[in-house]
Amino acid sequence: MIEQYIPIFLVLAFAITFGVVTVFSSEIFGPKRPTSEKLSTYESGMKPIGTTTERISIKYYMVAMLFIIFDLEVIFVYPWAVQFRSLYNEFGMFAFYSMLVFLIVFEIGYLYAYKKGGFNWD
Amino acid sequence: MSIWLQILISLVQILFTASIILVTVAYLVYFERKISAWAQNRIGPNRVGPYGLLQPFADVLKLFFKEDIVPHAANKPIHTLAPILALVIALSTFAVIPIGPPIYIFDLKIPLVVADVNMGILYILALTSVGVYAITFSGWSSGSKYSLLGGIRSSAQMISYEISMGFSIAGVLIFSESLRPMEIVNSQAGFMWNAFVQPIGFITFVVAAFAETNRLPFDLPEAEPELVGGYHTEYSSMKFAAFFLAEYANMIIAAGLIVTLYLGGWQIPYIENLGLSYTLTTSLQILGFFVKMAAVLFFIIWVRWSLPRFRYDQLMNIGWKVMFPLSLLNLIWVAILVMLMN
Repeated sequence: MIEQYIPIFLVLAFAITFGVVTVFSSEIFGPKRPTSEKLSTYESGMKPIGTTTERISIKYYMVAMLFIIFDLEVIFVYPWAVQFRSLYNEFGMFAFYSMLVFLIVFEIGYLYAYKKGGFNWD
Repeated sequence: MSIWLQILISLVQILFTASIILVTVAYLVYFERKISAWAQNRIGPNRVGPYGLLQPFADVLKLFFKEDIVPHAANKPIHTLAPILALVIALSTFAVIPIGPPIYIFDLKIPLVVADVNMGILYILALTSVGVYAITFSGWSSGSKYSLLGGIRSSAQMISYEISMGFSIAGVLIFSESLRPMEIVNSQAGFMWNAFVQPIGFITFVVAAFAETNRLPFDLPEAEPELVGGYHTEYSSMKFAAFFLAEYANMIIAAGLIVTLYLGGWQIPYIENLGLSYTLTTSLQILGFFVKMAAVLFFIIWVRWSLPRFRYDQLMNIGWKVMFPLSLLNLIWVAILVMLMN
């Protein structure tokens, strides 16, 4: 069983090696002539006002919360989807209705978030 | 089969697929420039080599010898980690996409996929989720407002579309009854391609794939007129190239996924009825996979040069209020279809 995962680890090892070598190669080949002007933020544009460690709009936080809720829903659906055909052969319509009830309960949550303005972005 | 033989086979396959991806990336950039030139009535690259065919290599070589600039305001470890992460994700996702039926060499069954694992789809979903971090890290660690805005927008966009993507894939899983990409391809024999069986799921998946790869019309993270370069504004030399490579490799993976999940993978309908030899059939099927993938890639480029960019609120509205319910409807539709067929 575990043998089939060996290629996954090999791929990851290969990708990490390739990534590290690629990213550090220009540190080896490229010139190093840093000036304070060159290392300033957005070198060729306007002088930045303020820093980047300021507050970020709460809307992005909302997106992240909604994502966690609904992505969990997706993960709950997967085992059912993979087994659906055999479940249907065994239990009949019950296999369908039980998931439908789950989805409807979740979609009430979706409608609640909608009504509360969770999906207003402007 | 001994374990060392298996490791050897995997290494050969990894080198093979990695070189395919890297060469395809190089020429995808070239063809993107040529197609954009053609779409805008220009000539495009034509100086380096015949018809400009060596242009991608010239570009990469130039980037090797550029100075690596890390701005003062940047957080150096994370600033360096981000391009590595992007590249690692882009190169390792392709491992589970099958490019052809199993082949036999000296009575040895070799599946034409690097890792024929039974949780292939979960592996892809997990890695694409980690891919969000590469962009978030690069945006946050650069210490520039353009990068920060690009990174935040990008992560919001990618996680929003991951949900409709997940639901569309669930529709495919009902038919394949397995998370193994090989089984998903096998379940689409003949003309039972998922694109025909569940067109809504196909459309939502393609739109989500566009959003996940940050391609126009969903390229808000890079939106040149407002954010300069988005999350990779503060990157130079090979770090910039790593993001560039990752972006195009992600496009190739998205195309490979669309083909595998919805366009029948390497299947050519009714080819077994032609009575061709096994070797010829297999080669034609592998060729078929690459032709389908090239068609999808052309479509992605075509869309880029035809459509304008969405506004941020439009993008989120489409993701949450249109694509999410549609992909849910598709799931229920597929379940009903399976029940009718039994």
